[in-house]
Amino acid sequence: MKTMKTKSIVIALSLYAGVTVAQKLKGSDTVLPLAQKEAESYMKANKSAKITVTGGGSGVGISALLDGTTDIAMSSRKIKMTEKIKLSDAGKSTKETIIAQDALAVVVNPANKVTQLTREQLEDIFTGKVKNWKEVGGDDLTIVVYSRESSSGTYEFFKEHVMKNKNYASSVLSMPATGSIIQSIGQTKGAIGYVGFAYVEKEVRALKVSFDKGKNFVAPSMVTAKGKSYPIIRPLYYYYLSSVEKNVKPFVDYCISAEGQKIVEQVGYIPLSK
Amino acid sequence: MNPFFKKFSEKFIEGLLMISGTVTSLTVVLIVFFLFKEGISVFNKKAVEEGYVIAVNKSNKVNSISPEDIKNIFDQKITSWKDLGGKDSIILFRLEDISTYFTDEQIGENFERLPACISRVVDSIPQIFAFFPEKYMDKNFKGKEIEAGKISFNTFFGGKEWFPTAQPAAQLGAKPLILGTLWVSLGAILLALPLGLAAAIYMSEIAKDKVRRVMKPLIELLAGIPSVVYGFFGLVVIVPAIQKLFNLPVGETGLAGSIILGIMALPTIITISEDAMRNTPRSMKEASLALGASKWQTICRVVIPHSISGITAAAILGIGRAIGETMAVLMVTGNAAVIPHSILEPMRTIPATIAAELGEAPNGGVHYKALFALGCILFVMTLVINLTVEFITGSKKYKKH
Repeated sequence: MKTMKTKSIVIALSLYAGVTVAQKLKGSDTVLPLAQKEAESYMKANKSAKITVTGGGSGVGISALLDGTTDIAMSSRKIKMTEKIKLSDAGKSTKETIIAQDALAVVVNPANKVTQLTREQLEDIFTGKVKNWKEVGGDDLTIVVYSRESSSGTYEFFKEHVMKNKNYASSVLSMPATGSIIQSIGQTKGAIGYVGFAYVEKEVRALKVSFDKGKNFVAPSMVTAKGKSYPIIRPLYYYYLSSVEKNVKPFVDYCISAEGQKIVEQVGYIPLSK
Repeated sequence: MNPFFKKFSEKFIEGLLMISGTVTSLTVVLIVFFLFKEGISVFNKKAVEEGYVIAVNKSNKVNSISPEDIKNIFDQKITSWKDLGGKDSIILFRLEDISTYFTDEQIGENFERLPACISRVVDSIPQIFAFFPEKYMDKNFKGKEIEAGKISFNTFFGGKEWFPTAQPAAQLGAKPLILGTLWVSLGAILLALPLGLAAAIYMSEIAKDKVRRVMKPLIELLAGIPSVVYGFFGLVVIVPAIQKLFNLPVGETGLAGSIILGIMALPTIITISEDAMRNTPRSMKEASLALGASKWQTICRVVIPHSISGITAAAILGIGRAIGETMAVLMVTGNAAVIPHSILEPMRTIPATIAAELGEAPNGGVHYKALFALGCILFVMTLVINLTVEFITGSKKYKKH
């Protein structure tokens, strides 16, 4: 009898909590498709939950956190020092959860003969030191570098991780979206660029990369990324205020649960390894 | 109806109209005020990222480094203090590098001894160039903090590099962006004006009424196509075509943007200049024909001169459309922030820059303010254009009467 009572109280409470907890997620367009899928299946499992997901960019999400217009900020980069200082000035502290990983593939035009590059070569290409494919073992062809816009978390990550914090050459072409990078690389013979692993299509070809000075070259795939042998992977984050942790925790926990991680793989991102 | 009531309702409607007029103008004024307030505050902001400091050893003679040199040091293009008036090679130090000098134990679990550690590193290596968060600066810091100066009017308008997210010092040179905007718009108008004028002359003077009735709505339909569609069309069709035609390494060029913008400006140019031409009094045309002038002579010598103010207005409004257009340009011009030397190079325009970067710029930071300053530049450009239209159409009317 007693257990029944507690059970019903728990159910009533969770229902009540479910009704009141309408959550908003805002931020990175990279995380957006994943978060949408997660939210959909979470809402299917918890009929009372209401989650809305909107994009706009990592920066938009984090400033929305500051303004209090979102509960969770999605981000494809780590929170910046300036943003942290702003939040702490406002008396808010944030919690960070890594919900998935994304592998970046370096892609070229399928007609390109080059199949593999080292990190050092990539750095030289993206900083503009190497300007012709013949310098890295290809045809005599001008290298055309495509990159994401500087606002993109992908841009920052590639700069930190592959170029060791050096700046891109100013002649780099920046494209507003992954789709247009693929379109452009597919129709430009000397092109090189980077896209999320999930976006690699037959119009472009992914290169093998080596982060140990040319000893091992690894092609990007779900297996190599999961096994951590592929070197260009980045974490995707949720940020939320510690003050609302109780409300958002169930959803965040769902995202990193086994069930949530299954969705990660379906969307094309790399699940967290246990 | 009661005359009193009639009077009252008239007054009421007048008041309502007045209020909506005032509210609209007030909104415009407020938007402009907000734009300039945000934009102008970029000047006098520190060039080094907020919350960070750069510091060198006490013995170093260098006292201030320009933001450009800071970037070059971090890109390892400058590797010696000699280039900056000091001596010896530069040793870079970032916060992450602390682990090569100290163990985790020495730093402390919660980084409580980190400030002291940084201070010791900076003090012990004479060639060091350190960049770290301000909150890890020791109270009795033994190094020397470096001034990087503030963002000035000159560096903003004259700077050649646009790296708003470069660490530790953002490079905010708007020159490539301003030039890119002007090049693309100029190219657009050079393409659109002859074509638009020809179409307008054809439609107003030569075409039969039946043809005209089909053509006009078709051209107006061109104005209704969303700009993203234009952009996509440009990326898939025009960009590869340009690449093949001129045998370029890359097809995303200013020219691609110009062509797309030219097509987008056509409806404006055609409809306005056609209206102007059709407003030529019938009597004038008939007088010209009666004097023995041919149809073409009449168009050249009578219709065009008479409607020149309308044609100018059409051209300028077309430019206005081209300068402010965002999405289509963002997709086809390649957006490389370099100072262009020819229209066959990738370019970056101001609207594209704002649209692409505002989403991720930390609210209130230097980058954010710089984008507003770009908005101000764009506003001034379009304002000048609109004033020119006013001036030209206005002065013509004045002369006529």
